[in-house]
Amino acid sequence: MIELASERGAYAGKLLADMGADVVLVEPPGGDASRRIPPFLGDAPDPERSLFFWHYNTSKRGIVLDLEDAAARARFCALAQAADLVLESEAPGRLAALGIDFEDLRASAPRLVWISLTPFGRSGPRSREAATDLTLLAGGGPAWSCGYDDHSLPPVRGGGNQAHHTGGHFAVMSALVALLARDVGGRGQLVDVNVHAALNVTTEAGSYEWLVARATVQRQTGRHATVQPTLPTQICCADGRYVTTGIPPRTPREFRRVHEWIEALGLLSEFPEAFLLELGAERDRIMDLSKVAEDAEVQAIFGAGREAMNLIASVLPAYEFFQGSQQRGLPTGIVYSPEEAMQDPHFVARGFPVDVPHPELGRSFRYPGAPYRFQATPWRIRARAPRLGEHQQEILGSDA
Amino acid sequence: MRSRALSHIRICDFTGQLAGAGASRFLAAFGAEVIRIEDPVQRGRWDILRGNPPFVDARRGIDLGGAFNNHNVEKLGITLNLRSERGKQLLRELVARSDVVAENFAFGVLARWGFSYEELARIRPDIVYVSNCGFGHSGPYREYKTWGPIVQALSGLTFSSGLPAEPPAGWGYSYMDHTGAYLMAIAILMALVHRNRSGEGQWVDMSCTEAGATLNGPAQLDWSVNGRPLRRPGMPHSNRSQWPELAPHGIYASRGDDCWIAIACRDERDWQAFSRVVALPFCEEPRFATLAARVAAQDALDAEIAVWTRARENGAAARALQAAGVPAAAVQRPEERIDRDPNTAAWGLWPTVQHSAIGSLRVDGLPVHLSETDWSIERGAPCLGEHNERVFGGLLGLSSSEIASLREEGVI
Repeated sequence: MIELASERGAYAGKLLADMGADVVLVEPPGGDASRRIPPFLGDAPDPERSLFFWHYNTSKRGIVLDLEDAAARARFCALAQAADLVLESEAPGRLAALGIDFEDLRASAPRLVWISLTPFGRSGPRSREAATDLTLLAGGGPAWSCGYDDHSLPPVRGGGNQAHHTGGHFAVMSALVALLARDVGGRGQLVDVNVHAALNVTTEAGSYEWLVARATVQRQTGRHATVQPTLPTQICCADGRYVTTGIPPRTPREFRRVHEWIEALGLLSEFPEAFLLELGAERDRIMDLSKVAEDAEVQAIFGAGREAMNLIASVLPAYEFFQGSQQRGLPTGIVYSPEEAMQDPHFVARGFPVDVPHPELGRSFRYPGAPYRFQATPWRIRARAPRLGEHQQEILGSDA
Repeated sequence: MRSRALSHIRICDFTGQLAGAGASRFLAAFGAEVIRIEDPVQRGRWDILRGNPPFVDARRGIDLGGAFNNHNVEKLGITLNLRSERGKQLLRELVARSDVVAENFAFGVLARWGFSYEELARIRPDIVYVSNCGFGHSGPYREYKTWGPIVQALSGLTFSSGLPAEPPAGWGYSYMDHTGAYLMAIAILMALVHRNRSGEGQWVDMSCTEAGATLNGPAQLDWSVNGRPLRRPGMPHSNRSQWPELAPHGIYASRGDDCWIAIACRDERDWQAFSRVVALPFCEEPRFATLAARVAAQDALDAEIAVWTRARENGAAARALQAAGVPAAAVQRPEERIDRDPNTAAWGLWPTVQHSAIGSLRVDGLPVHLSETDWSIERGAPCLGEHNERVFGGLLGLSSSEIASLREEGVI
């Protein structure tokens, strides 16, 4: 695969490279702009020390080609024609203006799959608009659903470059579909990925409440945006850390477990609604939540389950609450920061954090690991991100 | 007409909710034959969305859930009681004719029914089996249960979405149900690419929390390399941009009730263009003259910008900034982005499907177009057991009377 380096497309390239694709990253002279994105190793800005670039370009090889130069352009086209995939995230029209065109290239490379990953698609309304991760998440729907109960606070952008990630997921899914279609049809094709559209279909109820019922969800603190307001599920524990209590108890067994837990913690006297938990435990089947609004007993029992979980969380540290509830079969989650997830015993036991050698620095650094565990063809970071032009000779030969 | 991209692929599909159903949905839109297997005893209720809101009208029922329809378009639906020996035998016949088995049950459910990967591979040696559960199939939490919000909490995504001095805002929906489904689809497709080249099938064990934990890489490296955690005073501040460092960068109140606009200046050129459009004295002040200065004085800068945005309708302000080349976008409500956005309309992003019981309604389309084998979404989700005749008869070769007796015996 030939990848034209960009902040937007790097993640898609990483997904393929870490699964074994031979991804050749093509950068302009001086390096891609993403090499200048912080954080930097030791906070020292340098194109070889960007941790942002490191993360998104693992397992790739790197070369430098100045596409403004005709000879370099010819080399790029030759590489593309010898590849299975080309991935580019250039502004619509830029490559065509340089004379690099998929239809021309495929004339002698009919099996080539060309992936174009752009904010609004390659053509059509809005395709020339300027965009960033923030403006895409705002215009595409996610931000409307994220934020706080207090609507004087702005909607919130989910952190971590998720617009790039969502676009990247669809780029890779579609590239793989094109490869499988090529297995039977013999021909490659053009894949046009629209990040704005990708975010529009990544909003769960935000879209289908409108499509199905012409209803509009409203954002709430730390839980789903809904049409009718719901009670809080994110609770501050005794140590000041947060947990999400998820869906409150619904089954007789869950009510019994909560009652036992309240009792074990010596909280029965503080919880006069405990009898409702016992009623819940005695019911013959799972609570029908669609009856909450019309059945007073269901409503009371359901409410007591929720309050019981809140009470327990208020007296336990977050990790203890998470462990205690899950061990009782009550699904909850601790709110970890990204680095805390890397240190959690379960993630460590599964080998999620991986150490990647940086030979020229004489040490290894710990990276987030596999999104999936392939048993026969395991995910693996084969090498740290390429240094600028590191594989020039190896890929372009002695005239590079 | 159905897409022919994946018409050579058959999926034996146990997925549900969105975290699993979203994966096979993508494959079905590209023409894969996705056979959704549901439990006749629980009337398909292992997927709680089946009969849940939203609904198009006053009718209620197991076939009428709007979210279920959205997530299961273009799939076939059969019922199969895996508690019965005959049910298990029929599943073996189906697996033998499938390329992929996909599921997102809790840990161990399919194995308890007798269909571990080892057994699936005995039935069909090159089978691709992809399981997606909250914590994966190994490790101390493997039996813990999750929902999307729990996955997001554990993986760091809830924490990294918020404003300083406030609790985590998190994601106002199951971002990791969508994203888990995308990564699950990638896993299925990659395993098929490998099988087509090598003849080798395999099991892919997906842990949705691990998948989520891959989505904050730079923050994790800042911790592991520089020793700087994201959990620190003043952070996260996710409407601002630290990596890259940009200012202005935020979501600002605009005219109207709960109306907002996002603005981002990527570089000095954007700031100059922004200044020309806004044309207020603060743009010329020395305290905002350089990026470093703007970053240092970002609270004051945001307050000045908010005066400008509050006096304007968000769409008009975004258009004015866009005309100058500055990234800006109204925070669009569902109605605005679905019914009034020229890009999503021209893309064909909201196709109308025909559902056997619901009738016609719109669903999410796909944000990609393939020039030769594009997707199509025309058929709604299957009613419970809607394709029993087609699959048990057409595919497995059972006669109508055999199918009728399966129904009588409670096998389907």
